[in-house]
Amino acid sequence: MSEVEETLKRIQSHKGVIGIIVVNSEGIPIRTTLDNSTTVQYAGLIHQLAAKARSTVRDIDPQNDLTFVRIRSRKHEIMVAPENDYLLIVIQNPEAA
Amino acid sequence: MEIVYVYTKKRAEFGRQCNFTDRQAELHVDIVPDATLAENFIERNPVDSGIQCVQEMSEHEINTERFETGSRGINHTEGGWPKDVNPQEVEQVSRYRKKVEKDELYVSVIQQLGTVMEHCIRQNNAIDIYQEYFEETQLDSLEETPSAKTINVFRDPNEMKRTATHISWFPDGPRKLAVAYCNLEFQGSTPDTSNDSYIWDVENPNKPEMTLKPVSPLVCVEYNPKDSHVLLGGCYNGQIAYWDVRKGSQPVEMSPIEHSHRDPAYKAIWIQSKTGTECFSASSDGQVLWWDIRKLGEPTEKLFLDPTKKQDLTKAQGAMSLEYEPTMPTKFMVGTEQGTIMSCNRKAKTPAEKIVAMYTGHLGPIYSLQRNPFFPKNFLSVGDWKARIWSEDIRESSIMWTKQYRSYLTDGCWSPIRPSVFFISKMDGTLDVWDIIFKQNDPTLSMQVCDEPLHSLRVQEHGRLVACGSHSGTTTLLELSESLFTLQRNEKNLVTAMFERETRREKILDARHREMKLKERTKSSADKEKEEEPEAEKDVDEEDLYGKAEKEFWQIINTEKKNMEKRKTETEKEDTGKASPIPEGQEQEEKTNGNPETEQKKE
Repeated sequence: MSEVEETLKRIQSHKGVIGIIVVNSEGIPIRTTLDNSTTVQYAGLIHQLAAKARSTVRDIDPQNDLTFVRIRSRKHEIMVAPENDYLLIVIQNPEAA
Repeated sequence: MEIVYVYTKKRAEFGRQCNFTDRQAELHVDIVPDATLAENFIERNPVDSGIQCVQEMSEHEINTERFETGSRGINHTEGGWPKDVNPQEVEQVSRYRKKVEKDELYVSVIQQLGTVMEHCIRQNNAIDIYQEYFEETQLDSLEETPSAKTINVFRDPNEMKRTATHISWFPDGPRKLAVAYCNLEFQGSTPDTSNDSYIWDVENPNKPEMTLKPVSPLVCVEYNPKDSHVLLGGCYNGQIAYWDVRKGSQPVEMSPIEHSHRDPAYKAIWIQSKTGTECFSASSDGQVLWWDIRKLGEPTEKLFLDPTKKQDLTKAQGAMSLEYEPTMPTKFMVGTEQGTIMSCNRKAKTPAEKIVAMYTGHLGPIYSLQRNPFFPKNFLSVGDWKARIWSEDIRESSIMWTKQYRSYLTDGCWSPIRPSVFFISKMDGTLDVWDIIFKQNDPTLSMQVCDEPLHSLRVQEHGRLVACGSHSGTTTLLELSESLFTLQRNEKNLVTAMFERETRREKILDARHREMKLKERTKSSADKEKEEEPEAEKDVDEEDLYGKAEKEFWQIINTEKKNMEKRKTETEKEDTGKASPIPEGQEQEEKTNGNPETEQKKE
C-alpha cells in the first residue's frame, strides 16, 4: 500500500470521521471516500470557499497565508487543509466522539 | 490581437480655438494703506485658545439609499477537468486520477496535510472547543422592564398607499405574514388603486414573497390553520375568496356576488372541521354566512344578526368583528357596529335561537373580540375608547375595563402565552400592552409604533412577535421583551382569582340594580296618582344629602360588620351575591360592595 493510502486510512480510522476528499487546484476530486455526487458538491463548493478565504487572508496581509479552515455546522465539522496544489477535506462528526 | 477603436468628433464641436498673444502688464486697482485701521489695532496678551489632546471627532448621520436585494439561483455543473478528459467517461477519469496519484508532489503534499488534519481531528475528539459552559444557569431576566423593539417594517409597495386592514400569521412558525390591504374610506379609492394583498417573508421587507390578486381589495385574510398553503380572504365588495399559494396569485375560487355579502366582508374565519375546508364570514350588512371552499357557489348556512331575534334583515346590526374559538366549535361571537356583542350558537334548533346572549356596553363599533385563550369564558372586546373584559355569565356589564383613552382604539388581542396580557392598537399610532396582574389602571408598556393610526394587530402563536398594520399600509413587526411572553409563576391562578373576584363583584352590583328597579316599580305602581310627590321628596333629599349619606354609610358599615360575623360562622355558604345585606340607598353605596382595588378602576 502506498504512503498516501496509509495516511488516508489512518485519518479515516479516527472517531467520527465521515469522509475524506482530496481536491486538486482546479477543484477536481482526485481521491474520495464518499459517493460521487456528494464528492462533486463538496469539492466544488469547498474549493471555492478555500480559494476565497485564502485570497482574503492574503489581501489583508500579503505576507500571510491561509493554513487551515474549520467550518463548524450544526451537523458536523468540515476541516480543510489547503496547499498550493491540493486541498484535503475531512468531514467529521464531533458529536460521535 | 490588437484592439483599435477610432473615435471621431467634428472640429466644430471642440469650440473656438485659443489665440494667445503677448501684452504689457496693466494695473486694475490700487488700494492705499488706511492709517486709521492701524490705530484701532489692539494687541491681546495673553491669548486664550483651546486645544485638544485627543483627535477631534464629529458625529454625522447619513441615510443611505435603500438597498434592494433579491435571491437568484445558479445551477453548477461539474467542470474544471483538463480538455482531453471527459468527466462522464469513467475510464478517462480514473486514468487521470491514477496519473495524479503517482505524482511525487501529490504524495508529499497529502502526507504533510494529513498530519495537520490528524491534529485537528484528534483535537475535536479530545475536547469540544465550542462547549457552552453556563448553559444551565438561568438569568433572572424576569425582573426586566417590559419593552419592545421594531424588527422589520413592511411597506405597501404601491404608489397609492392603502390601509393594512388585516394580518394573519403563517401557522407553521413565525416565517411569513399575510397582510390584507384595502382603502376603507368610502369612495376613497381611485381606479388606479391596486387591489393586491401580499404575503411577506418576515426576513425580507424589500419585496413581498407573494401577491394575492383579488378582484376587489381584501379587508381580511386568514391562513388555514390546517393547511398553510390555503388562505381565505374577505373582499371589500363582500365576496369570499380563497387562494392556494401553490396555484398562484389568482384566487382558486370566489363566491358569486349574488350570494355574497352586500357590504365588505370584514371578518372571515376558518372553522374547526374534519376536512378543514369550512369557514364563515361576517359583514356590516348584518349577515353571517357559512361556507365550504369546496363549493363556494352558495353559503351553506345563513344568520341575520337581528337583536329582536326575528331574523329580520332590515333590523339586523352590521358585524364588525367575529370571534371563534376552535375548542368550542359550535359557538361564536359577533361584535356589531352598534356596540353590541352577540354570543351565538350555530347548532341551535331555530335560527332565532342562534343568538344566545347579547352584551351591550360599547358606544361604537366593536373592532375586536377575542376569548381569553386560557379562560374562554372571559373575553376581550375593543371598541370606542375602552377595551373591556367580559364574563360570559354577566350580560349587564363587563367585569373589567381599561381607562378611558384619549384616542380611539382600533384593534386588540390577548397574548397566546400569558393569560393576563393583552395588546391594544390605537389611532395615535401607539401599541399598548396591558398586564392585568401587574397594573389595572395603566398599560405596562405603551409604545409609539408609528406616527399614523394603527389599524390592525396580530400576535404570533409563540407570543414573541407582534405585527401592527397602519393606516398607510406599513406593517411593523415588533419583538417583545422576554417577560411579556413567558408565563409568570402562579399567573394562571392569579388571573382565575381576579376574573372570579370581578365576576362576583359585578354579580352583587347586578343583583342590587335589579332589586332597586323592582322596588321602584312597585313604588311607582302604588303611587301612580301622586306622581309629583316623589319628585318633591327628591328635592328635599338633595338638600340634606350629606347628612343622610353619612347616616346611611354608618348603617351599611354596621350591617356589613354583622354580616361578616355571620359569614364566618357559615363559611360554606359563599353565594353572598344573591342576598345582598345592604338596605336600599343611593348609587354611591353600591361601591362599598365592591372591592376597593377595583374601585379605583371604575373611577
